[in-house]
Amino acid sequence: MSKFKKKNKVSENIPTSALPDIIFMLLFFFMVTTVLRENEMLVEQKIPQATQLQKLEKKTLISYLYVGKPKNTALYGTEPRIQANDVLINTSDIILWVNQEKDKLSEAERDMITISLKADREVKMGPISDIQFELREVDARRVLYASVGKVQN
Amino acid sequence: MARKKGRMSQEVNAGSMADIAFLLLIFFLVTTTIASDKGILNILPPKQDPNVPPPEIPLNERNIFNILVNANDQLLVEGEYLENTEKLSDDVKAFILNFGAPDEEAQALFNSLPQSLKAQANRDSKSSDHPMSGGAVVSIKTNRGTSYEKYLEVLDQVKRAYFEIYAERVGITADQYRALTGKTAAEKELQDRGKEGIPMAISIAEPDKIGGN
Repeated sequence: MSKFKKKNKVSENIPTSALPDIIFMLLFFFMVTTVLRENEMLVEQKIPQATQLQKLEKKTLISYLYVGKPKNTALYGTEPRIQANDVLINTSDIILWVNQEKDKLSEAERDMITISLKADREVKMGPISDIQFELREVDARRVLYASVGKVQN
Repeated sequence: MARKKGRMSQEVNAGSMADIAFLLLIFFLVTTTIASDKGILNILPPKQDPNVPPPEIPLNERNIFNILVNANDQLLVEGEYLENTEKLSDDVKAFILNFGAPDEEAQALFNSLPQSLKAQANRDSKSSDHPMSGGAVVSIKTNRGTSYEKYLEVLDQVKRAYFEIYAERVGITADQYRALTGKTAAEKELQDRGKEGIPMAISIAEPDKIGGN
């Protein structure tokens, strides 16, 4: 049996001293690239799928409007509502809200404001067109229909 | 110089460091969402003065590609019922690239197109005159009861037709064209060259009152 005995056996321990560094690097990567959700969602959000997606470059120019059925139906009913920041607003409040968002931007960038419309896929076109009408009124005409990628066949 | 005897090993035990870091990593993985600002960009028309009637732009019927989506999410494209949106982008593409009655400028545009696009361009006099401004308009009309998902699906297909034309014109794939940001001069040039003379003429009509609230 001595034939099979290994000679000059190598140490089998993998050096793990660098493992924390690797994990920390991963950790920092995720900490830097991800954004914590700032506001709680009050409406349902099942973003529709699309194929022809475009990415926007300047994130500071984007303001978000969430549209969908309220989660708390006992309090807000079942009709689709609009959420801006962390409150539900009415269609007539959009003008005020857009002006507030525009004030946050510098003067030169105000016309470039983009409204990212995060609408639930079950919303009908009625509320959407009402929103678009208000956005036209307040001259925030760049609208991004937020959607997630669909696998193309 | 009193030397301590029986000194313990001074190294901190770093073995559990990885576990701690792992816990933090998992926490961040779970709690965060990668913000994706992707979507379909649409530029709304400027607001209308109620006192001034909308300008009448005379446009021949053949130059408008009508897409109607009713409250039951059924499609009527150019007067024909369509089962699904699969073939829609091909139809739109053929409509845009049609040179039914090109004027001199449009003829120059046709000559500047690459061979692959020239082969796709028809000369059907019943379809659009030319792809330039005022020559081919895609109109999407919905009801108030149409679902947002269907509307986006249709708009997606129309955009696809345009992007495919633009991309083919500069010799890249549609995905590459859409990824162009216009940040560098070279990208901007490519982007402009793609859409030069072929504006994205998508008209989204005010939805009518059927099926909504």
